[in-house]
Amino acid sequence: MNVSLRDPNLIMKLSRLGSFHQSRLSFLRSFLSEFKDWEYKRDLFDLDKKGHGTAVYSFTKKKRVYSLVCFANKIDDDERSDRVIATKWDAAFTLHDGIPLKKDIDRLKNEVPKQEVGRLSYKELTLSRANKSVRIFDHVVDSLSKGKQPNLDILEKVGYLYRTTAVYGSGKFGLADRFRIKNRDEINGPFRLEMMLVYLVRQFTFDQVNHVAKNRNPKLAVKLDPKICKNLGIGNSTGLGMAPFIVNHPTLLNNWILCRETALKKIRELKIIDIKDSDLFKECVRNSIKNITSWNTESEYQIKKIKFLLRDIRKFIDFLENEFNFQKNYPFNSLYLWLEKETCEECVEYIVSLMMEPFGEIINPLVKEMSSDEEKYFNIPTNRTIEDLIGILEKKYSNILKIDFDKKENYKKFWFISKNKEEPRLADRFEESGSDLEQPLAIARDIKRLYKKTLLAKKSLKIGKFLINNSDLRHVVRRAFVIEKFPYSEIQDNTISENIVPIDMLRLKLSFFGALKFDPRSDKWLRICMFQGAPLPGELKDFDEQWVYKS
Amino acid sequence: MKSLSEIETTSKRASRAVGFSWGIAEEIAKGVRLLELFGFPGIKILNQYYKLINKKNFENLSVIKKNNKLNKQSICPINLGVRILDQVTTIEKLKKITFYKIAFPILLLPFLSRSSDIIGKKILLKFEKNTFLLNFNVNISTNLSVKKFPVLAKKVEITFLENKDNFTEKEWKALYKLSENTFVEETESLKQGAAGAGLTDND
Repeated sequence: MNVSLRDPNLIMKLSRLGSFHQSRLSFLRSFLSEFKDWEYKRDLFDLDKKGHGTAVYSFTKKKRVYSLVCFANKIDDDERSDRVIATKWDAAFTLHDGIPLKKDIDRLKNEVPKQEVGRLSYKELTLSRANKSVRIFDHVVDSLSKGKQPNLDILEKVGYLYRTTAVYGSGKFGLADRFRIKNRDEINGPFRLEMMLVYLVRQFTFDQVNHVAKNRNPKLAVKLDPKICKNLGIGNSTGLGMAPFIVNHPTLLNNWILCRETALKKIRELKIIDIKDSDLFKECVRNSIKNITSWNTESEYQIKKIKFLLRDIRKFIDFLENEFNFQKNYPFNSLYLWLEKETCEECVEYIVSLMMEPFGEIINPLVKEMSSDEEKYFNIPTNRTIEDLIGILEKKYSNILKIDFDKKENYKKFWFISKNKEEPRLADRFEESGSDLEQPLAIARDIKRLYKKTLLAKKSLKIGKFLINNSDLRHVVRRAFVIEKFPYSEIQDNTISENIVPIDMLRLKLSFFGALKFDPRSDKWLRICMFQGAPLPGELKDFDEQWVYKS
Repeated sequence: MKSLSEIETTSKRASRAVGFSWGIAEEIAKGVRLLELFGFPGIKILNQYYKLINKKNFENLSVIKKNNKLNKQSICPINLGVRILDQVTTIEKLKKITFYKIAFPILLLPFLSRSSDIIGKKILLKFEKNTFLLNFNVNISTNLSVKKFPVLAKKVEITFLENKDNFTEKEWKALYKLSENTFVEETESLKQGAAGAGLTDND
């Protein structure tokens, strides 16, 4: 049986992309698989009694070393903020390429805590900072110093000791450009070094909390139980900064989605399923309920989504256990079709992620296909004709061409870069000033403009000639020729409509990171948790691939 | 040191700010990145050009011919670069094209470099006593000192070089002969057995 890849017009709608969940394809999981046989070490741990100072952690294999350099600082409670306008953090981190020398650490000590206003070098790969969840951190220190383990109910509500507020890579603030390291096999997967940084930061938070507790009460203090550590992740606060990324990297976006879609297609095409695989799938579905019921949020929007998700997953489990027969041919195809008919889109995508769990042999080769050599597709094929371009627009943007951009509600918002923080923002063009400096992120509107212009041009006209008088549409002409080859490269939705939910764009990216427990704090920023339940560094050599569902 | 990613992002934004469309700004940014990667002062020259761009008129060229002599103003290197890039599969047939008065000619280089990659031919750029060889977007070689980048090229010739060897047949044969010293002379027994098929491979 040949199952078609799902239609981009369905999958690339924002509401569907905003329903994606982590899976075996997610970057933090593929990072753990790649680095499981690397040697982990804590090279330096020079903190004072309060936990302030410097620490270095590393992963080594043969001659390659990656070192996380951590600087824990004292800040006052009123200086602590997750917002991008913050200038001080409880801790700041960088991933250094190799073993840092003393002079490197001295240099980094001056720069890393400054974050965006500091300067890094080509020897640094990623940069981040994090704030304590003060309530949780203090509770854990307090408990451990009294010889007790912390209250699990309190920990479960938050799920982490520290929350990062940005993780930078790829040349930002002087960090190494991607081209310098792209040929390294171990990082042949998107955001792998960002994942490494976050993973090592998680270990630092455990070491720091143990250290502070021990110093508070050297005689009585105990260490945080490794089982509890394992159930703690690293939080992350994320705002609109992430949203333009998925518009600005079309071939990369395509490759992420295409791998997910290819995995689903291959699983649906499996005629007979081994009983151990169907049992593993069922077990993951059952266990995953805990991830949903322990998902805390105050967002009405998310509470509603979780409610429908939980309702539909229970309905799915009932169907799976009481009606469905895995002995039938093509069982995952039947399950998928049932889901599309009977459940909400969040549930469909949730189960699609779970379907990948038993099939490492399908997923693992796809992980290597998730990067993109974007430069290759930058040139516009200017010897093609307007007729070709019209054909692409009509075929690949059919839903977008139906949007009426004469209606105010369809172009109410605009994206801009804030002068204060150089971060992307979204505003109402009829109420705020600045729309004359709009960023090129209104792809649907510009594609529609392009389409109208092409209809007025001679069909045999070469694109090179068309561009002479239509330079304002050059950016979307380029995109049209990209989508011709990369069907999932474009969000098939209107990113400037009155009804846009920007966190859908963030959720898409975060799901590929492997984030859990999306907690929207508004329609423009949210908190998440990463690596909750993940093996600790000492357990990496032999860990359970389904750890996500066993925390 | 600024990363190439920072160079590209800032060049794109600055280019948009001086009035280029986003699509052209993307092209300029890729170009400045390329210049800096190849060791040319892209940021410096772009800055010099943008300081003048709104004070002085520069000519824009739509269609490129064999001989391109415009009015009094000098030609915008970015507009010209984009035109060449967009029309290169057509204009390469002209083999050699001539322009007069191109402002900040260094800014033309990345467009020619990418054009060289698109058509699969080396491109030679000459103005005054300066020459640049654009090699399939892999590198740019020049006789120009890195300290002396002119703000105006009076007469510019662009030649699309045919793909041919840089060496004589005699030079090739001499080297090939040397390479033969790594081969083993086949005995009768090797002829029979070493290739696997024996002496007859017809069926």
